[in-house]
Amino acid sequence: MDFDASMLFIQFISGLSRAMILFLIASGLTLVFGVMGVVNFAHGSFYMIGAYMAFTLTQGLTGSVGFWAALLIAPTIVCIIGGLVEVILLRRIYDKEHLLQILLTYALIFIFNDAIKMIWGVDLRIVDLPESLAGFLTLFGHRFPVYYFFIIGVGLAVALLLWLLLKKTRFGKLLRASAEHRQMVDLLGYNVGGLFTLVFIMATWLGGLSGAVIAPTVRLSLGMGIEIIIEAFIVVIVGGLGNIWGALLGALIAGQIYAFGILYVPNYAMAFLFILAAVIIIFRPYGLLGKQAQARG
Amino acid sequence: MRQGGQNRSARWLYGAMAGVALIVLPFVLEKGFSEYYLYLAIKIMVWALFAMSFNLVLGYGGMMSFGHAAFLGIGGYTCSLLLVKTSCSLALAFAVAPFAAAAAGAIIGYFSVRIKGVFYFATITLSFAQLVFILAFKWRSFTFGDDGIQGIPVPALISTDETYINYYFFALIIVAISVYLLWKIVKSPFGLMLRSLRENPERATFIGMKVQNYRLIAFVISAFFSGIAGVLYAFLETAISPDILFWSMSGEVILMGLLGGMHIFLGPALGAAIMVLLNSFITSYTEYWGMVLGIILILIVLFFPKGIGGVMFEQSQKWMRKKGV
Amino acid sequence: MTVLEIKGLRKSFGGVMAVAGVDLKVEDDCIDCIIGPNGAGKSTFFNLVSGYYTCDEGSVFFKGEDITGLPPQKIARMGIGRSFQVTNIFPKLTVFENIQATFLYTGGKGLNLFSDAGKLFREETEELLKKVGLIDQAGELAGILSAGDRKRLELGIVLATGPQLLLLDEPTCGMSPVETTHTIDLIREIARQESLAVLFTEHKMDVVFSIASHITVMNFGTVIAAGKPDDIRANEKVQQIYFGEDRCSSK
Repeated sequence: MDFDASMLFIQFISGLSRAMILFLIASGLTLVFGVMGVVNFAHGSFYMIGAYMAFTLTQGLTGSVGFWAALLIAPTIVCIIGGLVEVILLRRIYDKEHLLQILLTYALIFIFNDAIKMIWGVDLRIVDLPESLAGFLTLFGHRFPVYYFFIIGVGLAVALLLWLLLKKTRFGKLLRASAEHRQMVDLLGYNVGGLFTLVFIMATWLGGLSGAVIAPTVRLSLGMGIEIIIEAFIVVIVGGLGNIWGALLGALIAGQIYAFGILYVPNYAMAFLFILAAVIIIFRPYGLLGKQAQARG
Repeated sequence: MRQGGQNRSARWLYGAMAGVALIVLPFVLEKGFSEYYLYLAIKIMVWALFAMSFNLVLGYGGMMSFGHAAFLGIGGYTCSLLLVKTSCSLALAFAVAPFAAAAAGAIIGYFSVRIKGVFYFATITLSFAQLVFILAFKWRSFTFGDDGIQGIPVPALISTDETYINYYFFALIIVAISVYLLWKIVKSPFGLMLRSLRENPERATFIGMKVQNYRLIAFVISAFFSGIAGVLYAFLETAISPDILFWSMSGEVILMGLLGGMHIFLGPALGAAIMVLLNSFITSYTEYWGMVLGIILILIVLFFPKGIGGVMFEQSQKWMRKKGV
Repeated sequence: MTVLEIKGLRKSFGGVMAVAGVDLKVEDDCIDCIIGPNGAGKSTFFNLVSGYYTCDEGSVFFKGEDITGLPPQKIARMGIGRSFQVTNIFPKLTVFENIQATFLYTGGKGLNLFSDAGKLFREETEELLKKVGLIDQAGELAGILSAGDRKRLELGIVLATGPQLLLLDEPTCGMSPVETTHTIDLIREIARQESLAVLFTEHKMDVVFSIASHITVMNFGTVIAAGKPDDIRANEKVQQIYFGEDRCSSK
């Protein structure tokens, strides 16, 4: 099969933009795990709510205003919901075994899915691109949808913000300290409970943002949440759980594999991601950047 | 010795009573209530088999798989596809299906048991099941896609066209044999090994056990019997669709194990009964069954982590100790 | 005959050198004890020998065979039985089943799918439970045993694997003086009966000097001194380490 350079380059950029979306979602997932030790199976649901919110907002407010408002408001609403979930439910299970934590967040998927079904119904929804971003850009002699670059831009901006936050601010230091030594941070007088709520709010904000950003490029359906969370899990498995750079690396790899997988097997590009995950599990079970445990057996 | 003898005869009596009840039940349900209740009874049996085979991995093996519906579906689809697309006999199609499910169990299990950590295990099993779902959904030429397979040819003897009674007894026999085999396996040395590595995989390793191999075998056996349940389901509905592979189906069987208690052999059967009846009741009022499931699961996690069946078991243990048994 | 021989074993975690070049020999029928202050590297050393960790450098020979780098389950099957400082048993199995399961596995019945597990190896299990003094608790769930009983159960599990070398990590940890004496007598008795070699770590000096035929002293990941108990008692370096802690009674 011969693909010309144009097609490959297009797929590369497409892969990059997909990677950015995956990064936005995976970063929220890995942030929550890294700091709080909890895996939020329902993270895909927040992504979904963000997307559907964007739909409603762009329906209500026409034109470009609608879209930019959606980008601003949707993640905000989502992170408020996230905050409520953390305070009401998650707090009760921090000290319980991992399995119970997984079951709780898994239960949330059921609840959110039906809630979304209740509010928006089962029909597929479409979100329109704003005019300013609907065009094409020519780069190195190839035409690309402008929106790809918008997504890449958002992704990079978020990555930069996260890096600044984690490395350069006191808050970030607190986060990283809590990840390693929660009890110590608590004993030192910091409000770890409040910290956790904030982290969860941040993570769900990222999830909601990614949903809002991707909304114009996909058809919104009730299966979105589960589809994306599995991809996010693969990204996190590849990159290593708890590591933001792992999430970025994993997302970049997954994005490219998917983009090029589509060229060969259009319907089943996902299969390549699974093969990737399988390979990582066998050779680097803790992910490319994850911490290697010392013990065997 | 007297007491032991008494216990034995008591057990035989209960067993015989249960047997009689099971044989009389379909007639009572059909004549006294309606065909629908008989249908539910069969559904409970099928789901009970699925839940008990799953429990080999969950309760006895200590692994919470989030993708067990894959084996149910592969069993059901293999049999249905063979019957609909080839001139395979029922017996052959029925026989092949569980082995197809077991093969899937071997592949999925091979990767899954290598994983360390509950989260990774949950993720990988969920992902594999989703992969199977996507294949069933998209591969229209092979699986008929989301239309599913309608009108599966079930032989007249056990057909559900006129009455469910014949099928009831067919399913009862198959389920009874399967449950008996599962019981033997659970009581066997292998079953004890499985429980040991559930209790303390490190200790098991240090007595020389290759823990991964045992887990894989449990997975394959569990997949086999789940496949049988899948076939029974397909025959019951005379249809099958990718719905059976949907991620929520795996969640439902987990809930059955939790509700009924995973450390008692028949616990998941109780859980299956609760779920089927609850589902029948709830869906007559609302289409938001998922929300109900989610709420129940959250309640269990927060208030009954040992599962309702498990709590009952502990109570009965305490009662037995008091009686000096 | 040398049943265990270790040469130049090294292991570091991150930048910390936990085991920094250890040489050790355990002879057949010998009861060898490793002592040393906390953090000396004793547990890490056990983990290396039993295959739980892989060493950075060095080699381990068991009965003349090179077992360096082999996985723990293989080493266990070759005849090294290991107990842990934090007792490792099967909590929700009964005391009886804990031992029975071990016999079943070691007896090659692990993959048997159709016999009744409850009926196999009953006599052997009863005998072993009597030996370790747990026959009265046979029907109890292992998880509810006292700390001392748990240690004895773990000893039973290890013995049920039919080892030629016992690696015991603080076998009397958490035991009362009475339990300690019983356990030490038991170990001595079994080692004699089954002709086992024993390598164990201990903090209780009276225990060490009452049973060990050879003592190795570790500190900072290396061997400071090794030899017969009397030589160790007289060794100045050892006395320095335990200055103020020398509670050994002359026996």
